[in-house]
Amino acid sequence: MSEAQVRTHESGSRKLFLYVWFWLLALTGVEVFLAYERLGVKLMLTLLMGLSVIKASLIISYFMHLRYEKRSLVLTLMPAMVFVIVLLFAFFPDSLRLLEMRPR
Amino acid sequence: MGSQELTGNPGHHAEAVAAQESVWSGGGSPYAIGSKKLGMWLFIVSDAITFSALLMAYSYVRVASADWPTPFHFYPSIIKATVMTFFLLSSSVTMVMAVRAAKLGERSSAARWIGATMFCGLAFIALHALEWRELIHEGVRLFQNPWGSPLFGASFFTLTGLHMTHVAVGVIYLGTIATLFRTGRLDSEDVEISGLYWHFVDLVWMFIFPLVYLLSVKMG
Repeated sequence: MSEAQVRTHESGSRKLFLYVWFWLLALTGVEVFLAYERLGVKLMLTLLMGLSVIKASLIISYFMHLRYEKRSLVLTLMPAMVFVIVLLFAFFPDSLRLLEMRPR
Repeated sequence: MGSQELTGNPGHHAEAVAAQESVWSGGGSPYAIGSKKLGMWLFIVSDAITFSALLMAYSYVRVASADWPTPFHFYPSIIKATVMTFFLLSSSVTMVMAVRAAKLGERSSAARWIGATMFCGLAFIALHALEWRELIHEGVRLFQNPWGSPLFGASFFTLTGLHMTHVAVGVIYLGTIATLFRTGRLDSEDVEISGLYWHFVDLVWMFIFPLVYLLSVKMG
């Protein structure tokens, strides 16, 4: 396939990949900076996890090419995975219970 | 699907093509990707859930504990971890370039890009091994450490150890793919599939880095 075909056919261009890479590095820098800010735990976690999800989405969409695949593939893989992962959060109330039950 | 063409009946050719293009007439690949790629995606989803379960277990014990250590100094620990992150992110870019070269049929160029990816992966492992050595030297073990909750070491070594194993296996996998692709025994789809695995390994680190390192920085 020629260069032009690769570019328009079904993936990003070299420039797009470098652009994504730049943003991944920038977001990482923001995360490291945030780590040293004195924020509440909930806010810190929300921000860090939010940034990590954005980075993950960039990698999945562009590097792993999912943006250019059939929607049916995306819908088969992603929602179920996200759902199962979120289901794990059900354990948090129990860990908070343990924390509160500790003898002080 | 092809039977009408075999009978050499040109009048029905257009129909045959139209029927072939209908998703429901069979012969097509679900999701329009090959079965090898689909298999890798399904593996990646399952492995992502495995790492999520481990991260959840770590979060659980951390939330439940009153004395979780935050031992990572900016220098050298956080700087090192950030450099490791840089190496993995760069390795994803070199991998994407490798897949691009493979699709263009440039076999030695693709092999070289895969080599660059492997180099970044090995740099990651080397830095990580040094870090492990330092922590072990300071007294961190699987079930004890000099600073606080004994589960710190367990969760740290399990998470980073499983991830590092994935990176090491990935480097070997990539080396195999590069060699076989360069000598013409594999095609660009195989390079792409190995790329998927490699990006996944990078993805997991995107979550381990903030949850394990950045949440445990030693505040000055």
